Amino acid sequence: MNLDVRIKKILRDFTLNVEFSVRDEVFAFLGASGAGKSMTLKIIAGIETPDEGRIILNGRTLFDSAKKINLPPQARRVGYLFQNCALFPNMTVAENISFAASGTASEKILKLKKNLSRFKLEGLENSYPHELSGGQVQRVALARILASHAQLLLLDEPFSALDSHLKWQLELELAEVFKIYGVTILVSHDRDEVFRLADKVAVINVGKIEAFGSKHEIFRQPPTVAAALLTGCQNISAAKKIADDKIFAEDWQLTLTVKKIPDDLKFIGIRACDLKQTSAAGENIFLLKVSRVIEDTNSFIVLFENHIHAEVDKSLNSTFPIPNSSLYICLPADKIILLRG
Amino acid sequence: MDSPLFITLKTSFAATVITFFLGIFFAYAVINLKRFKGLADAVLTLPMILPPTVVGFFLLLIFGKRGVVGKFLLQFDVSLVFTWQAAVISAVVVSLPLMYRTTRGAFEQLDRNIIDAARTLGVSESKIFWRIMLPNARFGILAGTILTFTRATGEFGATMMFAGNIPGQTQTMSTAIYAAVQANDYDLAFLYTILLVSCSIIFIIFISSAKLIAGK
Repeated sequence: MNLDVRIKKILRDFTLNVEFSVRDEVFAFLGASGAGKSMTLKIIAGIETPDEGRIILNGRTLFDSAKKINLPPQARRVGYLFQNCALFPNMTVAENISFAASGTASEKILKLKKNLSRFKLEGLENSYPHELSGGQVQRVALARILASHAQLLLLDEPFSALDSHLKWQLELELAEVFKIYGVTILVSHDRDEVFRLADKVAVINVGKIEAFGSKHEIFRQPPTVAAALLTGCQNISAAKKIADDKIFAEDWQLTLTVKKIPDDLKFIGIRACDLKQTSAAGENIFLLKVSRVIEDTNSFIVLFENHIHAEVDKSLNSTFPIPNSSLYICLPADKIILLRG
Repeated sequence: MDSPLFITLKTSFAATVITFFLGIFFAYAVINLKRFKGLADAVLTLPMILPPTVVGFFLLLIFGKRGVVGKFLLQFDVSLVFTWQAAVISAVVVSLPLMYRTTRGAFEQLDRNIIDAARTLGVSESKIFWRIMLPNARFGILAGTILTFTRATGEFGATMMFAGNIPGQTQTMSTAIYAAVQANDYDLAFLYTILLVSCSIIFIIFISSAKLIAGK
């Protein structure tokens, strides 16, 4: 199972220009809203037409601007889970699942039964979409795709409309669904969701793929500011290389010691959870003044006067940091993310 | 000799049936147009903007002995001017914009994702139209049908011009009321008025109960 995509489409605010290949894996697009994630999925599904490019799924050309090939969505065999699920409101659960099912009448009945039990929808066969809960709607939409002849599964922000406890349940079910399809593409702005579900990640920003690789790689070493922000690194500062192993972080007003600094360094970042409180001064340890403390569910978020903020685990720190006090904070050199732009 | 009530009902029902199909057809055709959408929309809406007498005059020109359609029909010894069929055509032309616009609005208000989802699932365009678009736009289509029927029963200007006001043949309730008032017969005008109002009320009640059943 493989998918090769190279597309270009001029949109109102930017040009979407993406190129990627997926082989038997779950692939996630991580991007802010309006970055072009959904548009990319719609182009693969054939709902939107790119200006140029080529889309090949398992050796079948779905789109090729040079050869003037543009298969209609009906012929692409690409399953698309819409954000709002888009169930047919005039049809029952059973009709929704069977409506587009492939095969003979008896095969359709078999598929219906299999998918009703797979998604725990027994007893809801004759319900209409407006009578279902958010989680049930999502499961019917997945069942409907599985009953069709789709070879590829595209998920457009599949959890955005769900409560967090439902989200978890559906995520577990989705992981099972992924095993059925060789290739799945997921689009999301939620980094944790992407990390849990995907193997490979592409960070997309204003129509371009800025980072591409295994999720561990991308989350450990995001190459750009947008990638760093999207993977949850909230401390970002403009930075300059001032010596072979010295960086001056302009926004934080700190001089840091780091190895292997690229000459074209523009920004540095560090995750809030990587900042450590220590008792004495040392390399990359600074005395910072606390300006605010916010209590989160499992941690304290400590905001310092130089705009850095740290996340401190509650269980490790029984004492509540006090505003206006000063703390020794270490920015470990190996946790500093070097960004070129 | 047919009574104005019978002629009104006959022409309105015939016109409503024709407009129902034409309106849905044009609504579907226009939303799928890639070019000239605005032009097609303007042409289909024009009869609603123009004074009905002007519409009637155009119909006379087209279907008259020297008109494009009139000449063609004459070869088969058919002349539509001043017949009850002309009253039907007049009613169709003036009510079509209402049916077309309401249905188009209902189609355009459908969630686009539903139609796109059907496409990605492999459902053919014709099946999407019959099984998804029509059923989910049913309230809009129903509203368009009510407007069409009421407009057809009340049609006066274009009918006068194109079908005339021949008692027993083309005289509808609306034109009969006009003729009665002209002849100073207010009692007759009043009778027709009450009949026409009752017809409309009965029709609305009938449609609303159908809507309740359809809406469950």
